[in-house]
Amino acid sequence: MDRVKSLEDLKKLREQALEKRKLKTASGEVQIIVGMGTVGIAAGARETLKAILEFIEKENLSGITVRQTGNIGWDSYEPIVQVVIGDQPKVTYGKVTPDVAIRIMKEHVLNGQVVKDFMLEG
Amino acid sequence: MKELALHLLDIAHNSVSANARNITIEVVEDTRSDLLTLVVKDDGKGMDAQMVQQVVDPFVTSRTTRNVGLGIPLLKAAAEACGGNLEIHSTPGKGTEVIVTFQRSHIDRMPLGNLAETFFTLVVGCPEVHWKFVYQVDDNQYEFDDTLVKQELGDVPLSDPLVLNYLRDELESGIKTLQASFSEIS
Repeated sequence: MDRVKSLEDLKKLREQALEKRKLKTASGEVQIIVGMGTVGIAAGARETLKAILEFIEKENLSGITVRQTGNIGWDSYEPIVQVVIGDQPKVTYGKVTPDVAIRIMKEHVLNGQVVKDFMLEG
Repeated sequence: MKELALHLLDIAHNSVSANARNITIEVVEDTRSDLLTLVVKDDGKGMDAQMVQQVVDPFVTSRTTRNVGLGIPLLKAAAEACGGNLEIHSTPGKGTEVIVTFQRSHIDRMPLGNLAETFFTLVVGCPEVHWKFVYQVDDNQYEFDDTLVKQELGDVPLSDPLVLNYLRDELESGIKTLQASFSEIS
């Protein structure tokens, strides 16, 4: 790997990212949590996370934090994804395939509509 | 699980759960001795000898939601089915090292799978951990250490779309380049 080149790339990248963040501020922090316990991984959680990250990349969304956590405790509903927007209560989704993940990103994260079909009752 | 890269993701998550601050993953393909070795090393809370013994037992887990753990025993069985084994070295308060070997050419060996995706997932999803990945095929090596990236980015999060794009590219091209140079030789 060309270390020097990638260092310059990173500096440029940081400037661009900071510039863009100035434009989007008050939209409210979004947190997305993906369950990555053994069962989640076996059920396809890595592909679900991949779909979420690709969506963020494609739609150029800033202000979203993506985190992983271990077992959430609903084994038969894995992969599990939780969405927290601003100070709204956490919404937990089950059986989140990559397609469902994209629906959640479009309908819930972007438009504020909870995807009821895949929501797990707490 | 269908690929070793998914097992690596799983084992690495054990390290994250053990509060490790530094985690190193090594994948070594040695065609001359026909060995494939996976190593996950952490500085987490570690385990005593009894726990190490128990952790390979499918009926033991540290979790409280249910009484069955499966990640390590599954991987151990997969390794043993391919003339290899799984070893755990752990010291309480110091950390844990999991070493898994396979006969590389064994017909039952699971494919390595998407290493780049596993590494990418870990770096982005567990940003509080210092990650180091080493992938070696015979004499060639690809290494990724996230220290530099994090230093340069400062307070820009790893889940920023520009950073995601950069990281994906870096990991995918690094691994692809290594695998391509290898298939030319063999």
